[in-house]
Amino acid sequence: MVLLTRKAEFSSAHYYWNDAWSSEENQRVFGRCANRNGHGHNYTLEVTVAGDVDPITGFVVDLKQLKDILEREVIQVYDHRHLNLEVPEFATRIPTTENIAVSIWERLDGKIPNAKLQRVRVYEMPDLFADYYGER
Amino acid sequence: MTHTLSSTASSSPAPRAYLSRRYRLSASHRLHTDAFSAEENRVAYGKCNNPHGHGHNYTIEVTLGGPVNPLTGMVCDLVALDAFAREHLLDRFDHQNLNTLPEFRSSVSTTENFTREVYRIFSAFPHAQLSRVRIEETSNNSFEYSGPDSNRKAEGI
Repeated sequence: MVLLTRKAEFSSAHYYWNDAWSSEENQRVFGRCANRNGHGHNYTLEVTVAGDVDPITGFVVDLKQLKDILEREVIQVYDHRHLNLEVPEFATRIPTTENIAVSIWERLDGKIPNAKLQRVRVYEMPDLFADYYGER
Repeated sequence: MTHTLSSTASSSPAPRAYLSRRYRLSASHRLHTDAFSAEENRVAYGKCNNPHGHGHNYTIEVTLGGPVNPLTGMVCDLVALDAFAREHLLDRFDHQNLNTLPEFRSSVSTTENFTREVYRIFSAFPHAQLSRVRIEETSNNSFEYSGPDSNRKAEGI
């Protein structure tokens, strides 16, 4: 088995807010991230897949195919969008880095031919990132 | 647009995710052990045995794992993590000579040992479970430690 990782980037706006809480509680828990006008990041996505190397092509997966899947399932939905307002899963889930990783996993799981999704890593900034391995 | 959070929307267990944060600090050290002769130290540690020491810009990556809290969407509070790192990591090690610190009184200040020490420190972080510490000593050398019983994690599984 070989692991293969493909990177992609998207730039999105978001804010952190829990409607079950008062405005003061949201400010206390989320600080500057609770600004309802939103703020944004350049996210870097790393998708790692695991599979056997095809003896004929020498590939785990066709990278072009993987690139197209990431583009269709994630980048076209997230890039230059307001995650809270325009991406359906974040109507019921705060778009934290952790939840973005979980959501991207759910978008990709089962859609990559001949390989198993191994890890989704989302960098919100170079010094802050979340990993999801599909664990519950 | 209004929405309610998924604490009521799903009965399946919360996803378990890992949050990693990088901190930077600069420190000097000298690799030297009293267990070796001067010549043996020179052979074992090469230029790192220079008696006057040398230094690095260390990048310290701390990874915490846990269920994503359905109310906050977070594994742990980043403000609390940063405050913990400030007090227990940066204020103690940044711009210090590692060899002069009590943590390295009885162990060589290699980045292997530094990584284990940082793991010990963040094991006490009260808000999430430490999964891994990774230190880049230079852009070419990095070291990871996931605790004494964690071959599985070290393999990235």
